[in-house]
Amino acid sequence: MMAQKSVATERRIKVLLAKPGLDGHDQGAKVVVRALMDAGMEVIYTGLRQTPEAIARMALDEDVDVIALSSLAGSHIPFCTKLKPLLEANHLQDKLWVIGGNLPVQDHDALRQLGFKGIFPTGSKFGAIVDYIQEHVK
Amino acid sequence: MNERAKEELKPITNESGIEVKPLYTAADVEKSGGYNFVGQPGEYPFTRGIHRLMYRKQPWTMRQYAGFGNPADTNQRFKYLIANGQTGLNVAFDLPTQIGLDSDDPLAEGEIGRVGMSVDTLRDFEIAFDGIDLNKITVSLTINGAAAILIAMYLAMAEKRGYDVKQLRGTAQNDILKEFIGRGTWIFPVEPSIRLVGDTIEYCAEHAPKYSPVSVCGYHIRESGANPAQEMAYAFCIAKAYADDVIKRGLAVDEFAGRLSYNFNIFGNLFEQVAKFRAGRGLWAKIMKEQYGAEKPGSMWLRMIAAGGGGGLTFEQPEVNIVRGAYYALISALSGTQTMALCSYDEAYTIPTEYSARISLRTMQLLIEEMGLTETVDPLGGSFYVETLTNQMRQKMEEIMAEVDAQGGIVKLVSEGAIQSKVSAQAYNMQRDIESGKFRKVGVNCYRNEQEEEHPVEFHPYNEKDTQVQIAGLNKIRAERDQAKVTQALARLSADASAGRNVMPSLVEAVKAYASVGEMTQELVNIFGRYQEPIRF
Repeated sequence: MMAQKSVATERRIKVLLAKPGLDGHDQGAKVVVRALMDAGMEVIYTGLRQTPEAIARMALDEDVDVIALSSLAGSHIPFCTKLKPLLEANHLQDKLWVIGGNLPVQDHDALRQLGFKGIFPTGSKFGAIVDYIQEHVK
Repeated sequence: MNERAKEELKPITNESGIEVKPLYTAADVEKSGGYNFVGQPGEYPFTRGIHRLMYRKQPWTMRQYAGFGNPADTNQRFKYLIANGQTGLNVAFDLPTQIGLDSDDPLAEGEIGRVGMSVDTLRDFEIAFDGIDLNKITVSLTINGAAAILIAMYLAMAEKRGYDVKQLRGTAQNDILKEFIGRGTWIFPVEPSIRLVGDTIEYCAEHAPKYSPVSVCGYHIRESGANPAQEMAYAFCIAKAYADDVIKRGLAVDEFAGRLSYNFNIFGNLFEQVAKFRAGRGLWAKIMKEQYGAEKPGSMWLRMIAAGGGGGLTFEQPEVNIVRGAYYALISALSGTQTMALCSYDEAYTIPTEYSARISLRTMQLLIEEMGLTETVDPLGGSFYVETLTNQMRQKMEEIMAEVDAQGGIVKLVSEGAIQSKVSAQAYNMQRDIESGKFRKVGVNCYRNEQEEEHPVEFHPYNEKDTQVQIAGLNKIRAERDQAKVTQALARLSADASAGRNVMPSLVEAVKAYASVGEMTQELVNIFGRYQEPIRF
């Protein structure tokens, strides 16, 4: 009953979940898609091998609230460095940017500086991701 | 057991969906199908092992996955592993190489040498394998989308160094159907991708008959969420799809089946794993004999690498992964594998360092030198439990294969994304069971440390300079090579691909002319197109 009420009164949170670069590990991304959908969010999953340009374009076209990346092959810093100015150029800086995957602790500050406020390394729980998104979407 | 005690027992079901009893007797073996499939090692149906004496004659090959940076860096790591007693190599390629991009391709930026070594041309292979005796150390290439190109490159490199390609051993992973399910290094659409696998099998059957051009991987399907019975059943469906392609070309099953091999995963319940391998050996032999009419024993052998899988390792308490790895190695030995590898304890964090790779190697060596695992063939054979479970796992796999056939076959199900969706849903359910504590994982949902210490993992460094070195090397080759030869070879490749001829001869010619991985891939993309991933939940 509670869930129905909140759906009726609030807009569903819309998430773009992207696989950046050439990384083919999509098990984690796909289970997070299911977890976000089960939490009542609308999720657009991009599939593999998205360029920064493609991600920025989809985020704009689909008018999403959250831009989420899943990266496990180590190229998160160079990729996010390219993505940040493109998202900003499309006026998407007020959206919530989050990233999950194989993200060593020593890279977390750099990711935050690149605008990725929600960082979910391997081992993160579904509940933590869902709660973070629900709390931080404006 | 009295009725009251029975009532108090909570039912247990293994991951493959088979109920596990508190006790097994001879009656359970009989009820599950008896001993018909057991036989003797080295004899049909090979449940107890494909060779009569197994490890008594020769221990398993130890083949850790390795490769990073430039070919020169990788060559050093190879030599380190060999100096520490490793008996085979398993080459990791970076993602641009795996999906057929040159190092100077804009899409490759930031990915050069990161998860494996970077390869643009034959020169890179010459450097990577320099000083390694290819007759003593067998090399496995973990390459799929670009496999035909890299196999051509390996054969050309060996020939150039004076090896007789007819005698050359080695393996390529080259299992594209599983890349569509998990791992994701596909390039071309499904149909031409299968054709390329067929081209490599057909070519090697004639020109490199001791080379294993395909290693069909249940491993990554398991990592994507399949249970152990599905892992093996789906792998068999995939192997059959490749075999069917080659048979359509007119080859007899005994001309190529002896060089098919497999790559399977180990994590989870010990007995379920051992039964999986024993069951799989019997079932594959039966399939090859009864469905394909194979006559040579070698065509019926389930030759495999059984590797301790990353899916079982944890980010939490990483040092405990060393112990998990030791159990996985034990399972692998009890399962009668030909080759063994272990994910290293730090793989949830980083590319294994020399130190962690050496621990994995020592883990496998302990079983050979101290634990007696090589002395007796199939030591769990005859156990009421293991024989019952082996029968049940084999029946389970047959059910799954029949279901795939009834739904239109593995090629159709993979093309539509149906298998991907099914295993992904299972992965989600498993993750939820881990989070709820229903599926126990030490250090994750039980026995957590009060205060998790800082992880003791040392990170493998990534060297940005490697990219510049790699691109400079590629440019040097482009400047020095005979461009007319390259152009001619690429034109022939394009013509052969377009006409439906086997592309391997023209790939070998192009590789020898120092055409790059990206150039050859582009010619094939021009003919075949690129795969479009079905998104389905």
